[in-house]
Order: sequence, then C-alpha cells, then structure tokens
Amino acid sequence: MAKGRVSIVVERCKACGFCVEFCPTHVLALSSAFNSKGYHPPHVVHPEKCSGCDLCGMYCPDFAIYGTKVAEAKIAEAKAAEAKSQKAAGGEQ
Amino acid sequence: MLNVLDDTINPVEPFLRSDRMPHIWCPGCGIGTTVNSFARALIESKIDLNSLALVSGIGCTGRVAGYVKLDSFHTTHGRAIPFATGLKLANPKLNVVVYSGDGDLSAIGGNHLIHAARRNLDIKVICVNNLIYAMTGGQTAPTTPGHATTSTNPYGTFEPAFNLPHLVEAAGAVYVARWTTFHVRQLARSISEAFAKKGFSFIEVISPCPTLYQRRNKMGDGLDTMKYYKEKSKVKNGAPTGEVGLTLNGEIVVGKFVDRDRPDYQTMMRAQYVESLGERYVEMADPEQPELECVCD
Amino acid sequence: MKADPHGVLTGTHFLDGDHACCEGALAAGARFAAGYPITPSTEVVERFAARVPTVGGCFIQMEDELAASIALQGGVWGGAKAFTVTSGPGFSLMMEHIGYAAMTETPCVFVDVQRGGPSTGLPTLPAQADMMQARWGSHGDYEIIALCPNSPQECFDLTIKAFNLAEEFRVPVMFMMDEVVGHMTEKVVIPPADQIEVVPRKHTRKSIEDYLPYQTNGDMVPEMAHAGEGYKFHITGLTHDERGYPNMTPAVQDKLVKRLQNKIRTAADRICLFEEDRLEDADVVVVSYGITSRVAQRAIDAARERGLKVGKLRLITAWPFPEKKIADVAAHIKAFVVPELNLGQMVREVERAASGKAKTIAVSHAGGGVHNPDEILNAIVEASRC
Repeated sequence: MAKGRVSIVVERCKACGFCVEFCPTHVLALSSAFNSKGYHPPHVVHPEKCSGCDLCGMYCPDFAIYGTKVAEAKIAEAKAAEAKSQKAAGGEQ
Repeated sequence: MLNVLDDTINPVEPFLRSDRMPHIWCPGCGIGTTVNSFARALIESKIDLNSLALVSGIGCTGRVAGYVKLDSFHTTHGRAIPFATGLKLANPKLNVVVYSGDGDLSAIGGNHLIHAARRNLDIKVICVNNLIYAMTGGQTAPTTPGHATTSTNPYGTFEPAFNLPHLVEAAGAVYVARWTTFHVRQLARSISEAFAKKGFSFIEVISPCPTLYQRRNKMGDGLDTMKYYKEKSKVKNGAPTGEVGLTLNGEIVVGKFVDRDRPDYQTMMRAQYVESLGERYVEMADPEQPELECVCD
Repeated sequence: MKADPHGVLTGTHFLDGDHACCEGALAAGARFAAGYPITPSTEVVERFAARVPTVGGCFIQMEDELAASIALQGGVWGGAKAFTVTSGPGFSLMMEHIGYAAMTETPCVFVDVQRGGPSTGLPTLPAQADMMQARWGSHGDYEIIALCPNSPQECFDLTIKAFNLAEEFRVPVMFMMDEVVGHMTEKVVIPPADQIEVVPRKHTRKSIEDYLPYQTNGDMVPEMAHAGEGYKFHITGLTHDERGYPNMTPAVQDKLVKRLQNKIRTAADRICLFEEDRLEDADVVVVSYGITSRVAQRAIDAARERGLKVGKLRLITAWPFPEKKIADVAAHIKAFVVPELNLGQMVREVERAASGKAKTIAVSHAGGGVHNPDEILNAIVEASRC
C-alpha cells in the first residue's frame, strides 16, 4: 500500500526531467504522451513506491507535479507522533 | 491546481498567480525551483503574507514578482534594493524580500547591494545566480566564470568574476548563504532562517540557464546541470567566504557562511534619534488604513 | 482635507526658496524623502532631515540619484507621500525612474532647482534649461505636470499644489525651481493648518476580491492600494492591463499609454495655472516663468511707462503647456516676447501654440545670471514695431 500519491499538472510540464531523476524511489518516468505544447510529461510507473515525500514538487520548476501523503498514511503518522510525545511526557513524570 | 480526484493541492499553489501559469521560464531553468523553496520557507516561518512585499528587478529572475501572489513590485534594472529600502522605511512592519538575478543585483545594482548591506537594512535578498544575463540573450555577467563563452565574450571571458558571498560579507551582511537549485530543502531552511533574523540577509542560489549559459558552454541541459550540482557541490557551513569563488565546471562550495548579529538600520536610526532628540523624536506613523466600501449597500 | 498640523510651521518667516519648499512638502503631508546632495538643491533635504524626525517621518540620503529617485517610490507604495530634490546632473540620472513613476502611476514630486548646464556646468548659478527635459527626459510617451515658482512664498504654496496634483492624477510632478528662487530669502507666510487644503491618496475602498490596480471608472485615474494591506497586487513597468499584469501587445499598449496621456491632457484647463496682467489692450505679451518673470516685470513696467501696450502672461504651470491660452491671446496681439534662462525652450511651445497668428521673439540667455531688464525691454520695443 503506497504511502503517497503523485499529482501531475500535465499542461504546465516542460519535461525537464528533474522529478524523474530526483524521486528517491524512482516512481516516475517521462511518458510518450504529449501535452499541448509538445512536451512529454512524466507518468507514474511505480505507484506502490511513492512515499508522498513531495521532493518531485520541490524540484519541479514549473509547479507541474506534487506528492501528497495518502489519508491512511497521514493518520498513521499522526498516531505515531502522538505516541512519541506521550512517551516523552510519561518519561518526565 | 486542485487535483479534482482527491482534493489535494500543490503546497506552492496558494503562493502563485495561477491565472498566469504556465510561466515563461525555459525547460530546465531553475528559477521555478527556487520559488518552491521560497514557498516552503513562507509556510514554515508562518510569515503573515499580508505583511510581505516582494521586489524584483529586470531579468529572468525579475519575473518572479509577477508570478507570486503577494504585494509584488517589478521595478527597474538594478534598483529593486533601493525601492525595497523605501518600502521598508515607509512601513517598518513590512517583511521585504528582494528576489532578483546576478546581473541585476551585482552589475547595474551593485552599488545598491553594497550600501544596503553596509546599512544592514532589514531586507532578505534572494539572488538567483545563473552566471549570465539570460533574458537578453546570454551576455557576460560579473559572475560569469573565466573562460566561459557568452554572446559578448564570443572568444571566452577573461574578467575575474565576483565572489558574491565574499562581497556582501565584506559590505556588512549579517546572513550569507549559498545553495544550488539541487539543494531545495537547505535553501528553504536558509530562507526561513533569514526571515527569523533582523538585518541584511543574502542568499545566493546557483541555477541552470540551459538555453544560454549551459548550451553555449556545452554543459548539457538543466538536468545535466542539476547532476553536476549534486556531484560537485561541497557543503562547508562556516567556510571563509574568500574561498568560495566559482570556476568553470569546478567545485561549488555551498552552505551557510555568515550568521552574525549587528543592529539593523532602523534600530540604529531609532537609537540615534532617541539619544539626540529624546521626547521630541516622532517616528514614522503607521500608514492610514482605508475605510473599505460596505459591500452590503 | 486639511493639512496635518504637525507638519505646518504656521507663522511669518524669512526663508529662502529651498527652505520654503521643504516646509511646503511637510505641510502637504510629505513624510518620506530620499535624496542625494547636489548644489543648489541640497538645503531642501537638509532641512527635511532636521525637521521630519520631529514631525513623524523619515529621511534617507541614498548612495546616488538613481537610488533616491526609486526609493521615494518605494516609500509611496509603502504608504507615504514622498519626494526627492535635485539639480541638472541628478535630474538626468533620475529620468528612468520618472518614467517608471509615470508608467506605474506613482504619485510623487521631483524638485529640480535648475542650474547652469550642460553637464557639471555652473553648480551655483541659475538657469532654466531643464524645461524640455522635464517634459521629455524619459523615454517613451508619457505626460507629467511641471510647476514653476518665482518666489520663496511660491516655493511654499506651489509645493503643496505639486503634491496635490500628484495625488489627484497619480503622476510624477516636476517642481522646476531655479538657483535664484532657491537661494533668495524673502518673507514666507505659512497659514494655520486648517487653511491648507491637501489632497489625500486616492486609496481604493474596494474589497480585496474586487480590486484591480489599474481599473478606472471613467475618470482615467485608477485607485491605489499600499503594500501590507492584503491586496496582493502586482506593479510593473512593463506594459500592463487592468490587473497590473504584463500584457505586451499593441492593443494594451495603445489603451494604456493613451490613458496616461489623456488623464492629464483632458484636464489641462484645470491644471494650467498662469498669472495674467493687462492682456486686454496688449500688442505684445511677455511670456515668462520662474525668476525671469520678476526681471521681466521690470521690463514690462518700463515699457508701459513709455506708452507701449505690453501684457504679462506668467506661466505657473509649464507642463501641460497652456496652449489654448496662448492660442487665444495670439489672435489679438502682434507678438510674444519670451525671455528664458536658456537658448530657447518654452519659446518653442509658445511658437507652436501661436500657430503663426502672432510673432514669437525669444530673449535667450545661456545661464549663469539673470537677464538685464533692458534686454527684455529692447525685445519688447522691437516686437511693438512688428
């Protein structure tokens, strides 16, 4: 179950390749499709590997892609964070 | 852009003038990447966007002002810093960011750069350095490394290039950092640190210009340049700025070089007036808030 | 609205023009100035630097005129009324930013205390040779307003007028003094604040959602917002549309640049101030401005004593040029005599507006001093013989 999901704004993409290169888990590849300007936007080839880290979004110079954590992953993360802070508080008493 | 499938939104989107996308920057240009880091820093710092003004000059980086959804001013070539000076002095509550390019800030704007640093004016300067004058077609900039080919040095540059961190440190900046567009997280962090600091902050970001600088010098495209940044950058926080000069295809020293404290311009101004005038000193009044039309009538 | 009393030095004073100009700016509500020293204008900002910290404002001496001329505009967009002061060489440096103020419709005042030129010229001596530059100095098509005081009292009164016109029309106003008016000391009466009318910033009252920075509602002057109020507007020197966004097409250019021109030209009747005397029976009319108008007065009086029918038309507003007035007067007279401390600048406008209906005689002076009244008298006599 992937922790993250990638969203791609196809019409903004200029196919620079940053997202494909710098995704830590190699989720993306440039597709053979075209947008209306003639660029090949990326597409998701390994959705199960997406962690939602949003490095693709941070690198994209065209604001054409971003990663988000899926709801279940967000909830799990929140639970883990709360448990950690409770543990720290309990330890202080 | 709202992803209608899952209601998620690009974190940078609230900071963009979406009605002006896609922007004019070339494929592989790094300016957009710096805007992502800037947006993340704004989120992280919890800056009140209503009190933030962004000023840019002329050039490719100068176009940032037109794409961000903030009070933004696209001014004249080299003069973003003095315009920002006026903004800040007329309304000290403003957070003022100058976002401009290496040619704009260090050539035509060089005098204003060093004086603002000398004054320790409380403004944050983000200098996107693509080592060239890009917008006008690839002319030599004061930052172009030696032996590069440009349109005004078709046989190769031979002038020594400015070492911008060294220059602004010497002029008096209290925060000086350099990153590349590869270092997206560190750049965001530096911008956040600059926001938390009072005084003249200068953050240089080395960025690709694939269409002109990289192409003319046979350095590949934007992606090739990003890989070069990844491979050849060395993080040396606290490095002496005299040693961080750039060379053609050489090592790029990045990091936070200067983080010191000096009273900023307005603090010194106030102190001087209070000492000389005592109770007679009257500060700049807050700009009058307008009475808005009642929409309900 | 009435002037803010904190800035009004009510009373009867003995001041030179430079000092009176500073008081006029303070009375008008100016609370920010960015300057650079240049003779013979420096006293204006020196006085401002001494006065404004006790009135409630800020002065900064910038590193050059390029910086000063744009820093003041940053001050305007930050919420203040602002100005700068210079003379010939500095005025030349400021030209790009005068154009920026015109293009972005930034209300502000540029004071030029004219001195001998060209280049370094005569730093401590008068001229009136920047008049055409005030109108045409920056590149492109744009309109400005220019006022010419001829006494320290007018340096006070007309500076207030300059700020008021700047705010009303959202335009840079050129305040064209000369070294003699700037350095002559005379009685200056500053009235109580409640007798001084000031025009406030044309600030929008629209909500953030509805506001567009360059939308006009038929009056050709858009409403302004300041940085820091939440409007998140964009201002650029590029050709732009109502949204303030760059829109670089011939259609948008035509609309924008013509509006910048027409907002002034269609209001010329309201803006043009002049002083006229004995035009009804005149054969010859002396057109002059600034310090030359005071020298010309001596010549006019002498000519009248000789029985010559001479009238006076003193330009208080030099730009927009009062072409209608000149055309009307030209129909009834033989000739205009136009003395200026230059080799012929405003005289060209007089000639153009007269359209051949009356002769135009220039009384040139290369600058460095004022005319001998006899030079002007001789020209009047010659003109009477036409």
